Amino acid sequence: MMVSFTLNGSAVTARVRHPLSLLDILRDEIGLRGSKGACHQGECGSCSVMLDGELVCSCLVMAADAEGSEVVTVEGLSPAGDLSPVQEAMHRAGAVQCGFCTPGIVVAAAELFEENPRPTVAEIRDALAGNICRCTGYNAIVRALESLAGRSR
Amino acid sequence: MEIHHPRTLDDALQARAAGATPLAGGTDLMVEVNFGHSRPELVVALRRLQELAEWDGHRIGSAVTWRRIEREGPKALAEAARTVGSPQIRNAGTIGGNLATASPAGDGHPFLAAVDASIEMASVGGSRTVPWEDFFTGVKETSLRDDELITAVHLPERLPPRQAFAKIGVRNAMVIATVCCVVTRDEDGTTRAAFGSVGPTVLRARAAEEMISAEPRPSPAALERFQRLVEEGVSPITDHRSTERYRRHAAGVLARRLLERCLR
Ligand SMILES: Cc1cc2nc3c(=O)[nH]c(=O)nc-3n(C[C@H](O)[C@H](O)[C@H](O)COP(=O)(O)OP(=O)(O)OC[C@H]3O[C@@H](n4cnc5c(N)ncnc54)[C@H](O)[C@@H]3O)c2cc1C
Ligand code: FES
Ligand code: FES
Repeated sequence: MMVSFTLNGSAVTARVRHPLSLLDILRDEIGLRGSKGACHQGECGSCSVMLDGELVCSCLVMAADAEGSEVVTVEGLSPAGDLSPVQEAMHRAGAVQCGFCTPGIVVAAAELFEENPRPTVAEIRDALAGNICRCTGYNAIVRALESLAGRSR
Repeated sequence: MEIHHPRTLDDALQARAAGATPLAGGTDLMVEVNFGHSRPELVVALRRLQELAEWDGHRIGSAVTWRRIEREGPKALAEAARTVGSPQIRNAGTIGGNLATASPAGDGHPFLAAVDASIEMASVGGSRTVPWEDFFTGVKETSLRDDELITAVHLPERLPPRQAFAKIGVRNAMVIATVCCVVTRDEDGTTRAAFGSVGPTVLRARAAEEMISAEPRPSPAALERFQRLVEEGVSPITDHRSTERYRRHAAGVLARRLLERCLR
């Protein structure tokens, strides 16, 4: 069967043969490799996307259930070639090491600032509870996001 | 594979009668799919079915998410919702999915047991509502039939004014409970204590409840006795997450602390 949805503002159609995840078709059928798949069980957050305005793990969304939905991935957060404010801040703060967790954190952080432009450190940590980073120890990431709190993005 | 996006509950029930696997938030089902443990050929998608997302006073639709419960739910259920997974999991995961999965560690269950909630299920043949005790039948087993959907959870009209939830686990977020517990207390002293992860299904410590409900102003000795009766009243096992002995002890300590919170 085919599934059609809006991806980063454009209409897309992809083939789904099995009950695959949205993450699988984003990466393998559509070729957007920003979203990562480190666990495929909702534990790591590296696959985070916005689905109909909600932050979710795309590895836990059945691809066929995206029919008619709005999906925004990390690629949709930065206008061509530019860094988004969150990306810029993480770059500046040295919050990226291997980079595997980074796309998920960028999406989760964008959603946080959307809802709460002035998050406290505790709120930043809460918002990132579903995103695992094995490299940075989180402090640089939290510092990066703190530097954005209260600024326009 | 084939997926139905029903417009109405009736459509959804027709699909269910034809053998479709329900899909709500996908946070339990997709883990099974991703690891090859489940491969549904026919799916009925409930995420956008408005009828199941309705929340009308004491009737909570089965497709209501933890995110919403965290914000709008009664105190101890909202506290439980806050501990479910992560923001990503709470945005997708639903109370109906939590019930259908029937994990012994389901964080939504203790509140429902403590307030004697009932579960509404429907099929093309009609609907029925059963008390929580008759819904959970074993580890990951329920009385839901293959042609039924869970449609809602019914809470009693009046909820106890004092209620508290707590959960023990190895991390602050994203953790399956080693023990989770809800204690409620009414003005007349009636106390309820329900526990997850210390038995095949959620359970109530009835002897402890009965003893402490008769104490209008529990003394330290009464609290001590309550804690011991809870320890005796739960039936945990040892597994990869914890030991039987630790869980028993932790259940007693948690229940006592939550009761103290209710008495404050
Ligand atoms: C990383 C992670 C962390 C988690 N943390 C927690 C936690 O802290 N506490 C906790 O309790 N749970 C936790 N869970 C489990 C899960 O998120 C919850 O049980 C959630 O409530 C499931 O709801 P869902 O809508 O996603 O269910 P789905 O995955 O859509 O469905 C689960 C099961 O229920 C069936 N089903 C769904 N809706 C209905 C219905 N209306 N009628 C009949 N059957 C139905 C499905 O067919 C499936 O078998 C976690 C899961 C993950 C992946
Ligand atoms: S790949 Fe989705 S949460 Fe890890
Ligand atoms: S930078 Fe390597 S996992 Fe986060």
